[in-house]
Amino acid sequence: MTRRRIAVTGTGVISPLGLTMNETWSGLMEGRSGIGPITRFDTTDFGTTIAGEVRDFDPTVYFSKKYVRQMDLFIQYAVACSFQALESAGLSDEASRPDPERCGVFVGAGLGGIITIEKTHDSLRAKGPRRGVSPYFVPAIIVNLAAGQISLFHGLKGPNFSHTSACSTGAHSVGEAARTIERGDADLMIAGGTEATISPLGVGGFNAARALSTRNDDPAGASRPFSKDRDGFVMGEGCGVMVLEGWDTAKARGANIIAELVGYAANADAHHITAPSPNGEGAQRCMKLALKDAGIEPSQVGYINAHGTSTLADTIETRAIKGVFGAHAESGLAVSSTKSMHGHLLGAAGGIEAAICCEALRLGRLPPTINLHDPDPECDLDYVANTARDADVEYALSNSFGFGGTNASLVFRRA
Amino acid sequence: MSAEVESQIIEIICEQLDVEASDVDTSKSFMDDLGADSLAIVELVLALEEKFDVKIPDDEVDGLQTVGHAVSYITQRLG
Repeated sequence: MTRRRIAVTGTGVISPLGLTMNETWSGLMEGRSGIGPITRFDTTDFGTTIAGEVRDFDPTVYFSKKYVRQMDLFIQYAVACSFQALESAGLSDEASRPDPERCGVFVGAGLGGIITIEKTHDSLRAKGPRRGVSPYFVPAIIVNLAAGQISLFHGLKGPNFSHTSACSTGAHSVGEAARTIERGDADLMIAGGTEATISPLGVGGFNAARALSTRNDDPAGASRPFSKDRDGFVMGEGCGVMVLEGWDTAKARGANIIAELVGYAANADAHHITAPSPNGEGAQRCMKLALKDAGIEPSQVGYINAHGTSTLADTIETRAIKGVFGAHAESGLAVSSTKSMHGHLLGAAGGIEAAICCEALRLGRLPPTINLHDPDPECDLDYVANTARDADVEYALSNSFGFGGTNASLVFRRA
Repeated sequence: MSAEVESQIIEIICEQLDVEASDVDTSKSFMDDLGADSLAIVELVLALEEKFDVKIPDDEVDGLQTVGHAVSYITQRLG
């Protein structure tokens, strides 16, 4: 029996580069940085005072302020992106959608409602448990309410839960959603990741782990994947989701297909809680499995959207890519880290980067790695340094790796 | 005093339930007319407690089903 093909028919993105996919894409093509000083909280005494904040987000564009109080920011981003994704798939009108029982949602987050947890803990201390804790506290913070709220707003009654795998959450969600459609459990899935962790605990936690860049005097230059003088990742926030549909049902309704999801793999390093395995052994296995799942040779891949966080791990990922792609990595394979522009969206990263891959295939344009003027000698691939460029690419691969040694690779094909 | 309490309560209801003052009068039911669910009523009660500095026991919350119930309950407690 042949496997059911998967169509990507819509995307929704909110990022430090803009409030839609189009705005974000423009930023990527301009090689613009979305990083700036943190305005959300007082960063006095914090080692890191910069991040990629989403600017001018108004949730009441999408839903009334009654609902705003019921959701942490990470859920607000997810619901907003679900409206964008359905609109981009031509499915804003409920009557145009498949049977709601055949439509599901897999949208996850790495941390969940940390902003609301912190604020509520403060008010619990100040006002006591009776008046200090909102009855909406739990549904506002738990990860699966991103998927749950999306189902409520659009009446989607199929499979509904959240995968959580740190910085590979978004990619795993997309891959597992594809599997769900392949199995025949749904015809349409909204899938991706969302995150909002620019808060004292979020920044403090990654600071304590020495994971964040402290290039506070140069926000736009702080996220510099593959550079010799990179010094850590820069936290971003936002959401990236896509509408996946069975190729057959998408074609039957006359959908505009953006790209095809042809390969997916998930595995683990079983090596260390935060550090990747030596030479990216786990990542190599993951990419190989995804290519095998897609039924293609490494040489057919023209573009990789790297995990590329601007940490020591960039070297490991480079080695892993060389291990999988061999001579093709030296010539003909373009690799870029868009985190150089939108920062690291943690659980949302895999979602937004999957959407970026699809747009790159559709438009034949590759987003650059900015701030790359003096590469690490061990990082010697074609990273599309600093300037976007045209490229005729048939297959693109997106890597996401997370704390816990978890890996995900997605392979998309031009439609 | 009752009229003043009523207008203060309606203001809180509008804020909490995201409804217009013109849609709120003492006959309106929180759940049936104003779109509240059980969690919204808990939040509304907390807001009323804070505003009027009273404690509303949980077993008395069940009796507050309409705007009128809330107005007379608060008025009585303040009196």
